[in-house]
Amino acid sequence: MELLLHQVLAGLATGGIYACMALAVVMIYQAIDHLNFAQGEMAMFSTFIAWQLLQWGVPYWAAFVLTIAISFLAGVVIERTVFKPIHKAPVLTHVVMFIALFAIINSAAGFIWDFTIKSVPSPFGTQPLFGQRLISAHDAGMIAVTLVLLVLLYLFFRHTRVGLAMRAAAANPDSARLAGIRVGWMVALGWGMAAAVGSVAGMLIAPVVFLEPNMMLSILLYGFAAAVVGGLTSPGGAVFGGFAVGVVENLAGTFIPYVGRELKLSIALFIIVAVLIVKPSGLFGRRVVTRV
Amino acid sequence: MSACLLEATGICAYYGPTQVLFGLDLRLAEGGITTMLGANGAGKTTMLRALSGMVRATGEIRFRGEPVLGQATEDIVRRGVAHVPEGRGTFTRQTVEENLQIGAMSRRDRKAIPGDIERVYGYFPRLKERRGQQAGTLSGGEQQMLAIGRALMLRPRLMLLDEPSFGLAPMIVAEMFEILRTLNRSEKVSMLLVEQNAALALDLADHAYLIETGRLVMSGPSAEIRGDESIRRSYLGY
Repeated sequence: MELLLHQVLAGLATGGIYACMALAVVMIYQAIDHLNFAQGEMAMFSTFIAWQLLQWGVPYWAAFVLTIAISFLAGVVIERTVFKPIHKAPVLTHVVMFIALFAIINSAAGFIWDFTIKSVPSPFGTQPLFGQRLISAHDAGMIAVTLVLLVLLYLFFRHTRVGLAMRAAAANPDSARLAGIRVGWMVALGWGMAAAVGSVAGMLIAPVVFLEPNMMLSILLYGFAAAVVGGLTSPGGAVFGGFAVGVVENLAGTFIPYVGRELKLSIALFIIVAVLIVKPSGLFGRRVVTRV
Repeated sequence: MSACLLEATGICAYYGPTQVLFGLDLRLAEGGITTMLGANGAGKTTMLRALSGMVRATGEIRFRGEPVLGQATEDIVRRGVAHVPEGRGTFTRQTVEENLQIGAMSRRDRKAIPGDIERVYGYFPRLKERRGQQAGTLSGGEQQMLAIGRALMLRPRLMLLDEPSFGLAPMIVAEMFEILRTLNRSEKVSMLLVEQNAALALDLADHAYLIETGRLVMSGPSAEIRGDESIRRSYLGY
């Protein structure tokens, strides 16, 4: 019983990271209708920036905030320079661009910081929380930061003018333009926020998986799985999907014989396939019905 | 004729390589209601889209004396041109009230917005009853009223209305046109109205343009066009 509880909590902790990645994916998907394959690499690069700042002696939370700000700006710049010019281009153009971005960021990180594994400290420490063996302080911290982030995002989208403008621009760009909303900038803002959310995910997961240029590969896969489970059109669903995938992955890894630790990653893929077969629009997704 | 609010000269518009408008001229009087009539495919919607920068066009458009052709839609809108598009452009997942707030998004005088929302509710009490409801669940007529309400939230000088009567019951249409008349008078909004229902449009408007396959056939005071039987028969079909 204690093992079960322990695994559920650990699953929730990593699930929070998946939730952040899923949220970043959904945020851009809502704005431009495409999945950003480079989302994980962007988060990885952000984490390297955080690591570099820490190496230079910047205190942890200052580096944390600074990294978020830098990532936000980088997200905006990437959208303005690379994706704005092709916003009317077909899907394949976007796919090629995402893959290019993926490769460029990945090798840029390797070039600057090389491919050796680096360890990133946890701001919460690795000791058990309150001396209990149930959950480590870092896991608890991950859950807490994720929840705070989600609440902030919720408040932003529900209760601010800019949040409403962003929702309007994503839901109906033409009509939003007719209301005088600068849709292009709303998309850029979405990219910035997605990059910022991704950077939080990267910084929180780095102490667990170690920092190296390929660290986000599997995490992004889980993020996609979470987004697909929840439905790509539903931010709330993506968050739920993140926690669900985290817990399922952990429980399956512990309790299903043979699947064990090694095949954990295939569980994410299995979840993607299963959900797409049973409910193509995800658990909370909206089916897009087009009138003909 | 009173002061000119908008003047368009020699407007040509294209969808890709296909030319849709062939040198249309249009003058809208400050405070007036003008209607643009013509059959399906005559280019009425395209003309509205050209005026609000949603389609590639050449020629010259002056709004309150300043050239606006070639500007982004958002910038033209911010000058006070509210385009109520065909299909109504409802933000279906947002509530009725959020739809109205979206309409006021480009305004800087935030304090006046709640008051304006109440004013819109004054014109359309049905919207007030449904203020918290998802706009996608409204009936067609209610969504059209919401679209007009959203346009009003801009405090526009000019409203471009694209077939507001489309798909609505005659009684609702009559009610809506009555409200448009009131808005024109009390809010001092000039209007350019595109309509299939020529009789109704000529009743509301004081000036009319008749276009056919992207070219101007004739223009004049509504009463004159309504009185000309040959025009009525051959172009307006009633």
